[in-house]
Amino acid sequence: MSSTARDRIFARLHAARTTVSPYVPQGGTWQAPMLDKAQRIELLKKRMETVRSEVHVLPEAEWPAKLAELLKAREATTLTYGHDAWFGGTLRSKIKGKGMPKLVPYGENVEAFRDELFGIDVGITSTLGGIAENGTLIVWPTPQEPRLLSLVPTVHVALLKADTIYSTLAEAMREMRWAENMPTNALLISGPSKTADIEMTLAFGVHGPKELIVLVLE
Amino acid sequence: MGSQHLDFTANVTEALADRQLRANFKSALTGLMKKRVAVLPDAAERERMRDDAEAAKRKALAKLPELLERLERKCTENGIIVHWAETTAEANEIILGIMRSHDATKLVKGKSMVSEEMHLNHFLETHGMEALETDLGEFIIQLNHEPPSHIIVPAVHKNRQQVGRIFADNLEGIPYTDVVEELNAIARKTLREKFRTGHVGLSGVNFAVAETGTLVLVENEGNGRMCTTVPPVHVAVMGLEKVVESLSDLPPLLRLLTASATGQLVTTYVNCITSPRKDGERDGPKEIHLVILDNGRSRMLADAQLRRTLQCIRCGTCLNHCPVYIRIGGHAYGSVYPGPIGKILTPQIDGLADKGVLATASSLCNACEEVCPVRIPIPGIIRRMRTEAYDEKGDGVVKGHGAKKNLLETLVWKGWELTYRIPALNRFVVSMLGRFGDKLPNVGPLKAWTSVRTAPRFAPKSLHQLAKEEGIRHE
Amino acid sequence: MAHTFTYPRDVKTVYYFGTCLVDMSFPQAGMAGIHLLRRAGVEVVFPQEQSCCGQPAYNSGFLEEARAVARAQIKAFSRADWPIVVPSGSCAGMMRHHYPEMFANDPEYFDVRKFSERIFELGDFLHNALHVRYEDKGKPVKVTWHSSCHAMREMGATAAAKALIGQLSNVELVEIEREYECCGFGGTFSIKQPEISAAMVADKIEDIRATGASAILSGDCGCLMNIGGAMEHKGVPVAPRHLAEFIWERING
Ligand code: SF4
Repeated sequence: MSSTARDRIFARLHAARTTVSPYVPQGGTWQAPMLDKAQRIELLKKRMETVRSEVHVLPEAEWPAKLAELLKAREATTLTYGHDAWFGGTLRSKIKGKGMPKLVPYGENVEAFRDELFGIDVGITSTLGGIAENGTLIVWPTPQEPRLLSLVPTVHVALLKADTIYSTLAEAMREMRWAENMPTNALLISGPSKTADIEMTLAFGVHGPKELIVLVLE
Repeated sequence: MGSQHLDFTANVTEALADRQLRANFKSALTGLMKKRVAVLPDAAERERMRDDAEAAKRKALAKLPELLERLERKCTENGIIVHWAETTAEANEIILGIMRSHDATKLVKGKSMVSEEMHLNHFLETHGMEALETDLGEFIIQLNHEPPSHIIVPAVHKNRQQVGRIFADNLEGIPYTDVVEELNAIARKTLREKFRTGHVGLSGVNFAVAETGTLVLVENEGNGRMCTTVPPVHVAVMGLEKVVESLSDLPPLLRLLTASATGQLVTTYVNCITSPRKDGERDGPKEIHLVILDNGRSRMLADAQLRRTLQCIRCGTCLNHCPVYIRIGGHAYGSVYPGPIGKILTPQIDGLADKGVLATASSLCNACEEVCPVRIPIPGIIRRMRTEAYDEKGDGVVKGHGAKKNLLETLVWKGWELTYRIPALNRFVVSMLGRFGDKLPNVGPLKAWTSVRTAPRFAPKSLHQLAKEEGIRHE
Repeated sequence: MAHTFTYPRDVKTVYYFGTCLVDMSFPQAGMAGIHLLRRAGVEVVFPQEQSCCGQPAYNSGFLEEARAVARAQIKAFSRADWPIVVPSGSCAGMMRHHYPEMFANDPEYFDVRKFSERIFELGDFLHNALHVRYEDKGKPVKVTWHSSCHAMREMGATAAAKALIGQLSNVELVEIEREYECCGFGGTFSIKQPEISAAMVADKIEDIRATGASAILSGDCGCLMNIGGAMEHKGVPVAPRHLAEFIWERING
C-alpha cells in the first residue's frame, strides 16, 4: 500500500514541475564572523555560560585535579565514562580514593546497562570540538563513548580541547567534512537540559542533565 | 477530527470572555517577542539570514521530487526504513504496524506537530496502545486531555496554578504545588521512568538533509534525545516539505528557527540522526523508521503562491506577533495549526468549506510577514484563501474552492465596483451619503460596527466637491 | 516589502489621490494635505474621476471587482507621470505594492508597475521628497501617534511622520505601548470578525489613554474612524486627528 502511496505522491510532485517554474532567490549572504583562537575560547565560554553551563579554561594537565574538585563539591557517588576514551586511563589513575565516586565504565549494551545508568550521578565525555558562534560542543558518540553518557546522568562533564574550537557551525561542518562522514548521531550541546514550558519560567534539568560542566583544555 | 465542524464565532466569544486566558497569552507572547529581538539585534544581519533561510527552503521546494528521492536513497543506504503516506490515516496505520511487529504497546513521544496533525495519540489509544507525550508542555495538556494551543509552547495558556492542579489531579501521589521548580521535578521523575521502559520512541523532524540522509531535531529538554536513543525502535514522522538539500543549508535555518521560536541563539541540543545503531555501538535504536507524510502538501506545490506555505519551519513566531492570536489563543482556531500559519495551512489541508472562516480572522496587518524567518507572504495567501472561498472566476484550486459563494455578497461587491468605477455614480452615491448617511438603519455590518463604536459620519461636502470649489486644478 | 523608495527631485506638480474614506467622511483632512503640498511650492492636481484604490474588495476576496476599480484609477492618473500623493498609508500601500500583484499575469503589468512607482504616502513625501520645514504657532500640547499597519510595514512611513511632528516645537509626542500593533480596523475584518476587532481596539484605546495625550494622530483615516469611534462610544476624551489636518492647524496658529 505504501509503495502505491509513494507513486501517487511522486506523480503529483513531478506534475507540479510542469505547472510552476519557481523563482529561487540567491542565498549565501550571511556568515557569522571568523575569530582568532583567544576570541573563540572567550566567546564560547561567554555563550555557554549564558545558558547556565559551567566552563573552566585550564592547562591540559590540570583537568584531573579540577575534575576531582568538582566531583567532591557535588558529593558524586557514581561516574560513568567510556573505558577506551582518550582520557580513560588518566581518569582511572587519578579519580580514586576517599571522597571520589565509583567509576562505572559504559561497557555493555544499553539493554543491560540501562537500569544502572539511570541512577548514575555523573557522565564524562570527550568532544570533537566546539563552536564559538553559538556556544556549543560538538559531540559524536562512538562505540567507546555511547550516546547516553551525555544525556542520562544528572551531571555531564565534557572535555574540550581548545584547539578544536571553530568560529562557526558552517566552518566546523566544512573542516570536519561532515557531509562525507556523518556518524550515527552528531550532537551539538549548548547547556544543561532546560524548559520554559510553565509560564515561560526557565528551569534546568527537566529530562537530561541538570548541569553541564565544560573543561576547556589548553 | 481534522474536518470536524468548526464554530469559530462561538470559540472566539468564549476565548475573549476568559480573562485569565488572555492574560496568560499576553504575558508569555510579549516575552517571546522581546527575546526574539534581543537575540537578533542587528537588523541588517537578520535580513541576510532571512535571505539565506528563504533561499534554502525555496530551493528545496523547487527540487522537491529529486531531493525526496535522494533523501530516501540515502536513508535507505544508512539503514533507515522509509515509508510514504498520502493521508494521515495511512501514516497512523504505518506506525501501528511498526508497533505491532515489535509487540510494542508503549510509545514515548517527542514533540511533533505532524503527529498532532495525524491525531496519532487518539488513534493509537483506540488500538490499545499507550502514547505518552514527554515534552513538558505536551505532557501537561495531554494529562488534561487538551490539544496544544501553540506550536512551540503547547501549554502557554496554562499558568503555574493550573499546571499544579492538573498534576495533583492526574498523577498518583502528587500533592498540589505551584512552584515551577517542583512541577518540573515531578515531570522529570515521572517521565524518566517512562523513557527507561518505553518500547518505541517517536519524534518529529525539523530538517531532513537529502545530501546525507540525516534527520535534524532541535530541542531544549532532552526528551527528544531520550525518545530517539533509549527505546529500541525510533519512528520519525515528517511532512514532505521538511527536506533540505545539504548540510550547508542548515546554519542560517537553525539560527533563525531557534531565534524566532524561543529567542535563543541555539537550543540545548541539535540532534542529527543518520543511522540506527551500528555494529559495536552500545546504544541508540536498532531500528529507525521515517514516515513521510503528504496530506495535501503535494497539491500546494503545484501553485506558485500556495507552495510558499511549504516553506514554513514551524517556528511559531507568527503566532507570537499576531494581534488576533494573542487575544483568542490557539484553541479557538479549532485546528492543529493556529495563528497566521494556521490560517493559510488549515484551509488548504481541511478545505475551505470547514476551515475557510479562519482566513477571515485577520486584519491583514502584515505583522506575521514582517517576522517570518523564511518570508512566507502570509497575508497574500490569506487573501488568496478568501478569493478561493468565493471563487468567482471558477479557477480555484484549493480544496472546497467556491464554498462561500453566495448571491448577496456577489451583488454587494458588484454594486461596489460600479460605484467606484463609474465617476458619475460615485458622485451621486457620495452625495446621497452626505445627505442621508446618518439615517442609515442600524442593521447588518453597521450594527457590527456600532457595537463598540459610534456610527461613521458622512461629510456634507465630499473632498471632490471641496477641491472643485477651491479651484484645485483637476487636469 | 521594500521601504526604500526613490524620491523624485525638484517636484513641480503632483497628483493627489484623496481615497474614498477621506472623500466621504474626512474631506477636511484631505484638503489639509492639499494645502500642505501647495505650501511646499507644489502644484496639486486632483482628477475628479478618482474614487477608491480597490482595497476593500481586494482584501475581501473579490479580485475582479478590485481590478476593475484599480484600472479606473490608473486611467484617472494617466495623463502625466507626476508623483501621486496619498493621505493614507494603507491606500498608498495598496497602490504601490498590490497593484503589480493584481496584474502580475496581465499584459498591462509593466504599465501598472510604472504607475505604482509613482505612489507616495503624504507624510513620507512631505518629509523625504519636499523636505518641508514647519514653525509651530500653537499652544503646548501632548499628543500620541498611531501608524496604520500598512503605513508602517508597506510604506515605511512612520519615521517621516514622527519627524514632522518633531518639527512642531510646542507639541510633545508620547509614544504608546505596543505601537506596532494593529488597532483592529482591517477594513471588512471589523465587520466580519467584530468581536476580535472590538477586543483589539479596546486594548488600543487603553494604551492611548495611558499616555495622557489629548490627541491621537495618524496618517490613516480608517484607523482614526475605528479608534475615534470606539473612544467616542466609550467616552474617552482624546481627539482623533489626521496628521495633515493637525499640522495645518498648528502652523496657521
Ligand atoms: S509561517 Fe513563518 S513565522 Fe509562522 S511558523 Fe512558519 S516559519 Fe514561523
